[in-house]
Amino acid sequence: MAVQEELKKIILGLLPQVDCVIGWGPGPDLLCASPYFMRRPEEVDNFLAGPMATQNTALYLPEYKGKKVALVVKGCDSRSVAQLLAEKLIAREEVRIIGFPCAGVADMGKIAARLAPHGEPGEAEKAVYGEKELRITMAGRELVLPLAEIKADKCLRCAHPNAVFSDHFAGEKAAGNDDEFKDLAALETMSLEDRFSFWEKEMSRCVRCYACRNACPLCVCRDHCVASSRDPHWLTQADGVSDKLLFQVTHALHLAGRCTGCGECQRACPAGIPVLLLKRALSRAVEGLFGHSAGLDPETRPPLLTFQVEERTIKEKAW
Amino acid sequence: MSVSSTVSGAAAPELRIVGFLCNWCSYGGADTAGVGRFIQPTDLRIIRLPCSGRTNPLFIAKALLQGADGVLVSGCHPRDCHYAEGNFYARRRLEVFKQLLPVLGVDPRRFEYTWVSASEGQRWQMVVSKFTEQIHSLGPARRLPGAPELEWLRESAG
Ligand code: SF4
Ligand code: SF4
Repeated sequence: MAVQEELKKIILGLLPQVDCVIGWGPGPDLLCASPYFMRRPEEVDNFLAGPMATQNTALYLPEYKGKKVALVVKGCDSRSVAQLLAEKLIAREEVRIIGFPCAGVADMGKIAARLAPHGEPGEAEKAVYGEKELRITMAGRELVLPLAEIKADKCLRCAHPNAVFSDHFAGEKAAGNDDEFKDLAALETMSLEDRFSFWEKEMSRCVRCYACRNACPLCVCRDHCVASSRDPHWLTQADGVSDKLLFQVTHALHLAGRCTGCGECQRACPAGIPVLLLKRALSRAVEGLFGHSAGLDPETRPPLLTFQVEERTIKEKAW
Repeated sequence: MSVSSTVSGAAAPELRIVGFLCNWCSYGGADTAGVGRFIQPTDLRIIRLPCSGRTNPLFIAKALLQGADGVLVSGCHPRDCHYAEGNFYARRRLEVFKQLLPVLGVDPRRFEYTWVSASEGQRWQMVVSKFTEQIHSLGPARRLPGAPELEWLRESAG
């Protein structure tokens, strides 16, 4: 892949100026990459970019505060960086951003579903991501999966496949799609009663592992999370749907006006719970009320950290 | 279970309504209504906060998901905040929060926010009466299994 080689050149050029370059490298199996921290030139050989590079590299930035790092970013990752900058959680002079045109990442759940008749994803003997398809060899036979069919949902509606800002860019800019919040519209075809039942059922599978929180690049409280605080004790240790849902609602509320829709929370969930929907509901609300989409501009103040004396878009209840 | 006499005079089983009131205006307004002996429904339990800007939406989410049938937030009128701008931040936060409710399957009418000053005893009476009526028309909220407060509520309700 030409862009991958171009990216490697940029990374090699930046290595002497930074403590580390964060990108993607070989993962747990042939289908999926892992976050990859490059410090030495020979490590750059294993760098990967493409549909398998699902993880959001911005996740690690707050931990690197005070050090200089370069980051390879997909469009969604760049929005997380922009949002972290807008909230002054990281310093601009400490990060170098390397962008490239993202053609979308693979959804491991969709791949697993397609492979199911033949075996588990981990059993793939060979996997090659092409321009348009993924070729997998499994149990001696080759399976061809069109990329369009295994792309993550967030990529199908992604408006910003190129980094929204960058210091270096490899390749030609790609065209984006429109996000019409069709996923929310689908949920909203249900009655209120059914939506409540939907969440009750979905959240009953939650094991409170907090992978959703830990994968979120904007959940920066880390060891001070309200979910683990005993004083005040907002969430009990009881194993009920009620606390599980309250935790999700809290995550969503803490991300209101900040969530860039990178989808990492949902991707990380081992129970396959559509937790991104709640955050999308708040993003849609903030967009509608304040015309603001998170992570597009490192300079704009998040809409919930400011106000207008006259709010023209807020219709208060007339009693 | 106790019975509340709504302003309309109809007796109905009392519902659980939580009110988050700012210390400087709305709590004073509720007090003014009390001192004036205005008749009000008794479903509302008031929690006093220093400012409507202190209303973390988590408070409301916890109340609504874990035992309340309705939540009312009331603060100083815009431009009258004791801390100058707390209610301006609150207004944005609370409006955004309200829009999440239908996605959760919770009727958004179970939550309202408004402004009542310390001298507006009558406005307080009107707000609390209308909101209580609204919650009664919606009926008790659906409960999620495993809400620990429910046990406690059942006991305290006798
Ligand atoms: S809440 Fe989910 S989609 Fe939003 S920024 Fe965090 S991980 Fe990404
Ligand atoms: S990742 Fe999924 S299972 Fe784990 S806490 Fe989040 S919602 Fe629950």
